[in-house]
Amino acid sequence: MLDTSQGSDRLPLAPGVGYKSQHFNDVMEDPGPVAWLEIHAENYMGDGGRPHAQLRALRERFALSVHGVGLSIGGADPLDKAHLTRLKDLVAWTKPASFSEHLAWSTHGAEFLNDLLPLPYTNATLDRVADHIDEVQETLGCQMLLENPSSYLAFAESTWSETDFLAKLVRRTGCGLLLDVNNVFISATNLGYSPQGYIDAYPLAAVGEIHVGGHDEDTDDHGAPLLIDSHSKPVVDPVWGLLAYALAKTGPRPVLVEWDTDVPDWSTLRAEANRAARALIPAS
Amino acid sequence: MSNTMKTVAIASAVAAAFVAQSTTAQAAAKEKCYGVSVAGANDCAAGPGTTCAGTSTVDYQGNAWTLVDAGTCAEIELPDMADGTPRQGSLEELERDLPA
Amino acid sequence: MTVTQSGFRNALIDADLAVPEGLKDGRGAPAGARFAVYRNNVVLSLTEALSTGFPLVHKLLGSQTFDRLAGVFVRAHPPRSPLMMHYGAALPDFLDSFEPLAHIGYLSDCARLDLAIRRSYHAGDAEPLDPLRLQQDPRAVMALQISPSPATQVLCSNWPLFDIWRFNMIPDAPKPEAVPQDVMVTRADFDPQPHLLPSGAALWLDALTAGHSLGAASEKAAATHPTFDLASTLTLALSTAALTENTTKEIQ
Repeated sequence: MLDTSQGSDRLPLAPGVGYKSQHFNDVMEDPGPVAWLEIHAENYMGDGGRPHAQLRALRERFALSVHGVGLSIGGADPLDKAHLTRLKDLVAWTKPASFSEHLAWSTHGAEFLNDLLPLPYTNATLDRVADHIDEVQETLGCQMLLENPSSYLAFAESTWSETDFLAKLVRRTGCGLLLDVNNVFISATNLGYSPQGYIDAYPLAAVGEIHVGGHDEDTDDHGAPLLIDSHSKPVVDPVWGLLAYALAKTGPRPVLVEWDTDVPDWSTLRAEANRAARALIPAS
Repeated sequence: MSNTMKTVAIASAVAAAFVAQSTTAQAAAKEKCYGVSVAGANDCAAGPGTTCAGTSTVDYQGNAWTLVDAGTCAEIELPDMADGTPRQGSLEELERDLPA
Repeated sequence: MTVTQSGFRNALIDADLAVPEGLKDGRGAPAGARFAVYRNNVVLSLTEALSTGFPLVHKLLGSQTFDRLAGVFVRAHPPRSPLMMHYGAALPDFLDSFEPLAHIGYLSDCARLDLAIRRSYHAGDAEPLDPLRLQQDPRAVMALQISPSPATQVLCSNWPLFDIWRFNMIPDAPKPEAVPQDVMVTRADFDPQPHLLPSGAALWLDALTAGHSLGAASEKAAATHPTFDLASTLTLALSTAALTENTTKEIQ
């Protein structure tokens, strides 16, 4: 288990946004309330060019969160050592204030399926994920945050609730958690439970970052609502409400607005960050 | 060609290139990209819903591959290659697959 | 009822397979169409990655045909790396043996050009060759060890590859003429740019890559291509930052 005492380079207790390269000039000139940026690690694992040049400029000005989307921490196979090394190199030169990944799998054998795929919450999964988190934290030399997934279905074989599962992982590995309240809202709607109840049961003391984002609405075979984690729209009011509910319990935390598909112009994204800033005021 | 001649030839070519490049370098730097920045980016977003690409049965046999909404390849008229390379791709073959 | 990741993966890729048993909705009923969310995410995200990564092929085929091609390709060749920036490297060879589109003979070279542009975009940074280094004793210039920059990519095509690219990407560009063309992609700053290579230039660049000096590479190119013109080749190479001196320098 890793020493979980935090260093001084923590993310600001302020809004951040998911960084998109087309926003480079805007974010440098007029960041508004945005105090930190989250990058998807894999997009900066080329050898150079504009992605590296932008990152070198951004890290002079903003705190960075490196958010992995390809490590497959829940994968049945061992972690990809080459990918871990790439992460280590990226973390070494960008010196982020935070590194996070997902409670999900995406690699099978040599194939990368480019989606965050779901896990059954069993003892076997717990052992595997805990081992992988240990390996990540040892390799990177820092604590990582693990993000709760958005769920479209459940596994009959699960013996743990998701919140108990996450709490157990925190105790076992010393990792922190990234609470995605949009994912909570999506999963709660899709699987028919209370999102507030989920947050009540969540190990909130371990939360080092909170995500909000937009989702699409669909229906399942029986006409029941099925929300899709598209990150393609503004954050809806119930998710802002859930953020306020969580912040009231956790106190101020770094809050990130995610918008990955149909990315809007900077002023629209900045307006979402302003809303996140307002949500943080009562918690301060 | 003697070694001296080669050196002279290369020197004059280098000199010519040195003069020519200084006038074009500025223009080249201003070229815009072609959307490469977003090509093949990783993210953690999901696609739209349940009903499209993922569940369609994929066929790649037979006649179903006529170019239904033909892109620009329909406008490119390339006869057999000038160098005689035996390749497919003549105008005639292209036209045959276009919807009437 | 255990759902293995193998079983999950197989049902993701092949929509004809049944949804794995043991996947439920929130009330314990079979997951049914909910599984299609994952099927859709995988196929659609990979298709999207291909259509942004292969803009020339996409434009040549049109969206509908491209998406159908992608639907076949992504199932036959899922990514082998979590770096989506590299996805699609297998597409050119796949197209070479893909019967339904075999009548468009230049398509695979167009895919190679799309890939070359993407590789150039993500290639390592290098200090461009300073033209002043050529303003010295001709014998020293001939002995210079220079090579294409990491971002420089060279393609030799039996098709008018540069013209096809230009016709599709540059407004009002002329239609391609039936000539084979060599193309060089360079990155003077951050944006890759294709250039038409003059005769023998591709061989000259290859010789430089192989470690030949400027003089030796020029002699090799002239020996094979009588019309090789060092002045125009060098002019293009210098003005596009295509070359770097062989003193590797880390920029970070």
